[in-house]
Amino acid sequence: MTAAAITAGLAGPATAARTRIGREWTLALPLAAFFAVFFVTPLLLLVAVSLFADAEMTRFGLDQYVRFFGDAFNLAVLGSTLYLGVKVTALTLLFGYPLAWLYTRSGPRMQSALILVIILPLLTSVVVRTFAWIVILGRDGIVNTLLLSLGLAETPLRLLYTEGGLVAALVQVQMPLMVLPLITTLSRLDPNLLDASAALGAGPWRGFWKVTLPLSLPGIVAGCLLTYAASVTAFITQSLVGGGQMLFMPQYIYQQTITLHNWPFAAAISIVFMVSVLGVVMLFNLLGRASKGYVHA
Amino acid sequence: MPDMQRPTLGSASFGLVMGTLAGAALLLLAAPTLVVLVTSFTDGYSLKFPPPAYSLRWYASLIDAWQLQDAALVSLKLGAVVTAVSVVLGTAAALAIGRSRRAWARGLDALFMSPLVLPALAFGLASLVFFSTAGVELSFLTLAVGHIVVSVPYVLRTTLASLAQLDPALLESSESLGAGRFYTFRRVTLPTIRNGIGAGAFIAFMSSFDNIPVSLFMADARNEVLPIRMWQILENSLDVRAAAVSGVLIAVTVLAMVVMERVAGLSRQLR
Repeated sequence: MTAAAITAGLAGPATAARTRIGREWTLALPLAAFFAVFFVTPLLLLVAVSLFADAEMTRFGLDQYVRFFGDAFNLAVLGSTLYLGVKVTALTLLFGYPLAWLYTRSGPRMQSALILVIILPLLTSVVVRTFAWIVILGRDGIVNTLLLSLGLAETPLRLLYTEGGLVAALVQVQMPLMVLPLITTLSRLDPNLLDASAALGAGPWRGFWKVTLPLSLPGIVAGCLLTYAASVTAFITQSLVGGGQMLFMPQYIYQQTITLHNWPFAAAISIVFMVSVLGVVMLFNLLGRASKGYVHA
Repeated sequence: MPDMQRPTLGSASFGLVMGTLAGAALLLLAAPTLVVLVTSFTDGYSLKFPPPAYSLRWYASLIDAWQLQDAALVSLKLGAVVTAVSVVLGTAAALAIGRSRRAWARGLDALFMSPLVLPALAFGLASLVFFSTAGVELSFLTLAVGHIVVSVPYVLRTTLASLAQLDPALLESSESLGAGRFYTFRRVTLPTIRNGIGAGAFIAFMSSFDNIPVSLFMADARNEVLPIRMWQILENSLDVRAAAVSGVLIAVTVLAMVVMERVAGLSRQLR
């Protein structure tokens, strides 16, 4: 016992640290057990339910998947959901990047004001934010009032329940998820690099395309990933601003479960949806890894 | 910077384009909140903007809106329970995986974070299937379990980030000076990661209070939560009371944010 303590002491702090860490893994056990029971098991069960051939769950078979991929309507719903995410993510990046750029170039006082404006929507309830868009885009809403008073329209336009309205609302709702990682990456950027680029005669546009943008790729990837994942699953915004006119995967799953009680089909389209989203996420991750390699090179 | 001394067409256009887009983004971020606040003080029966006249009548109408009050109470209770459990489970897990570079730690990290990228609605359905297969009736407890899964990642993320700033040399010197594990945790580790845990707890609470995808499947009639109730109001009748509830929620959120910024430096923890 004493001998062991002495050798441990002689071996130095590294060994002591290793023994301490050696016991610390047990602290992850409670959460790991919780996730095993209440996260992994339900998802596996979902896969199992999707393998029932009929809604009454009596026979096994791949019928649900055959049904999903055999119907052009289902594929259109999946396609439009995934494409909606792409549109929202691209627009969020277009507006979010300059905002993050502005943040890193502002003084400390301006920065705290900006961060408040950026974080507030993130913490405000999604229902409240979506409700705001109903007020803005509605028949008596702010956009229509403006258009009518400026004489640009004669009757109120239908903006709510259109895809354009939905994209605008989603861009606003998800913007913080894009801006925050971008701010992190842009703040870590070495300002000397831009100075060097300018000293060598590159204008601000060239400096931006050749220095700032490539070096901030990891932040862009992280932001796009979060924005994409959040906007394809935004059930509330999709159902309230999109209305009954457009059907996206989340409402489709909800409908099949709650209204039609067809669990196997709901499970199957959930799995298809999850796999598709994870596929896109993995693609983003691959790009992220590639861009990190680019940064170090 | 050379271009500061000699403004060129390039630098002027660059500043103009970036400034305009950033300004548009700021307007887009701030305007909806302001629109809701102004609308909530309307005197009329519709969501007309700008309102024809102003009054506090819709706020007054909340006093006997017992269905909304009940839903708010359930959401608050749920948020408290979910946050408490998430903080305990999340902090313990962060301590375990934060200092390890091993494969199992990376694997667990990915597993615990996956509810953030996985479509939450699919998980909500999976939970419903799980509990009904197990023969467990939906209750406040099953709802809380579902919420914890999607709230834990926030605590884990902020705690891991603050743990990364803890110098391992501090732990070693504390230990070599004879401090036990719990003493070291209380006097060295905890003070360093306290802000990270605090910010994570705050976001976990907000995410539970605002959760729809899990509640959609897991909330039963006795445990109706506020966001679902609001969604039903908006979907069915566009009741102006929704504006007043939104006004209250915005006020509470801003207040909580300011407090958290002072106490835990929230904005630094979020990045």
